[in-house]
Amino acid sequence: MEIAKALNPEQALRDAHPAALVGVKTFRDELTLVIDPAHIVTVAEFMRNTPGLLFNYLSDISAVDYYPEDTRPGRFGISYHIYSMLYNRRIRLKVFLQDEEPTVDTVTGVWSAANWLEREIYDMMGITFTGHPDLRRLLMPEDWDGHPHRRDYPLGYETVQFSFNAEDIMKHKPFAKE
Amino acid sequence: MATAEPKTQTGQLETWQGDVEALRGLVSERAMTGETMLLNMGPHHPSTHGVLRLLLELDGEEIVTCLPDVGFLHTGIEKNIEAKTYEKAVTLTDRMDYLSPMSNNMAFCLAVEKLVDLDVPERAQVIRVMCLELARVASHLVWLGTHALDMGAMSVFLYAFREREKILEMFESISGQRMMGSYIRPGGVWRDLTPDFLPSVERFLSEFPAIIGDYEALLTKNPIWLDRTQGIGVIEPEEALDLGMSGPSLRGSGVNWDIRKAMPYSGYEQYEFTVPLGEHGDVYDRFLIRIQEMRESLKIIRQAIDRLPDGPFRSNNRKFVPPPRSELGQSMEAVIHHFKLWTEGFSAPDEEVYVSIESPRGEIGCYLHGTGGNKPRRVHFKTPSFMHISALGKICQQYLIADVVAIIGSVDIVLGDCDR
Repeated sequence: MEIAKALNPEQALRDAHPAALVGVKTFRDELTLVIDPAHIVTVAEFMRNTPGLLFNYLSDISAVDYYPEDTRPGRFGISYHIYSMLYNRRIRLKVFLQDEEPTVDTVTGVWSAANWLEREIYDMMGITFTGHPDLRRLLMPEDWDGHPHRRDYPLGYETVQFSFNAEDIMKHKPFAKE
Repeated sequence: MATAEPKTQTGQLETWQGDVEALRGLVSERAMTGETMLLNMGPHHPSTHGVLRLLLELDGEEIVTCLPDVGFLHTGIEKNIEAKTYEKAVTLTDRMDYLSPMSNNMAFCLAVEKLVDLDVPERAQVIRVMCLELARVASHLVWLGTHALDMGAMSVFLYAFREREKILEMFESISGQRMMGSYIRPGGVWRDLTPDFLPSVERFLSEFPAIIGDYEALLTKNPIWLDRTQGIGVIEPEEALDLGMSGPSLRGSGVNWDIRKAMPYSGYEQYEFTVPLGEHGDVYDRFLIRIQEMRESLKIIRQAIDRLPDGPFRSNNRKFVPPPRSELGQSMEAVIHHFKLWTEGFSAPDEEVYVSIESPRGEIGCYLHGTGGNKPRRVHFKTPSFMHISALGKICQQYLIADVVAIIGSVDIVLGDCDR
């Protein structure tokens, strides 16, 4: 069987789905392709199935919360670390999501491994994955309030309330608001 | 024998009416009508290797659905690391996969080193390899003991733990702790090897091959063992990849993927060793692979001892690595570095890196995102146990309830690793 020549993931994606690619970044030899969240499933399928790319192994999905910074395109970032067994290389797909009801399509249809990884992110970051077959809390109890990995979730203590941050703190208090 | 089930007034058997409705869509429709039985296995079951709860839907003894439920050991390690400086966070990583803390240290330290671009001296790299392989053997010994114990072969457990203790004593001699040593630190290792470490490793290397032979004599051709393991828990290679499995559990299905070979770290490309592969993807093949891996680890340790160079055991970059105690009495600069590093810590750029290593259980990935300051913005560990437990539901289908115990043992899970 002839093995297709390895393609440059960035160039291949630019040729096939120019609208999906928002940005490219390389840091310490790690290639990051910033993807428009609306296209993530298309891009995931493209990366997995195109000869020359064949990223057939999902290593990890990590979510990061950039609160309170606003220099980035969105408050939340999700990094998909995908690996190609055949070409022995790994790249990162990254999407940025907005603060209000962060939602992105699920990639469980592309890699089954995404199932629990996305459930963990839903539990810990409160990001909803539309189309996920079984989106329940995973690590925290079912009746838990809040999403512990958000940066505005207190770490065992309460932030001291001053006049400049009072509103922000009240916004995240669990009690009923009028 | 008299039945103990409570009876209602009509003489009908009263069945448990829990909240089955909440499980609609997760279990088959037959469970809704009570045709199949729902059974909780765990979280206090001795064969679930920790606090894992499996909700089993049973048709007789056959598994129809298996729903793993985790989170009982969730300790918020990732969240806690966000409040620690990089060096102080190392101690937390020990507590994830408590059967091979060295691997967790390694994954985290590699990520930190990559994020801040820190060098690791040659001697430290070789010491790391030695420790990682000893940790692999120690972890496989616990796996072997408990896996055999689950299936009724009790004596293996005692022999395996006897040997593991020797490795833990070596770890104690270099790090001061049997298990949670935090020995691997950003930039190298905590201290140099102690004088009694290498002789005890040598002794272990000469004794251990014969002892592996003893383990094999107890199990490999034991007809009961073969009956319980061959043809059980079969995973096809494509399926294993799709489910994100890694390590010996993936190689049991014949997929040749070992990160030590594919993306070498800490100088693994300089060592000669083979990666054992399975054919059938069943419990027995995964057993054979881990036994074989212990032999390969011994080879690697042997080569590491032979090539161990002299030199520093930790990077000399004082902006990231504290100076040795001896310098503090003489150098003002050393005092400043010491003070800065133990109070403020070092800063890392506002970027993200992902590093993965081959732990005894599979791929431990560490995703690390800096803030530009002295604490990470986000750390996420992709752990092999997490992926393997998520795959359990698929693997267990159509097997008998007794096989579930064999399958759990064969994918080698640690719940601290899964829940973090």
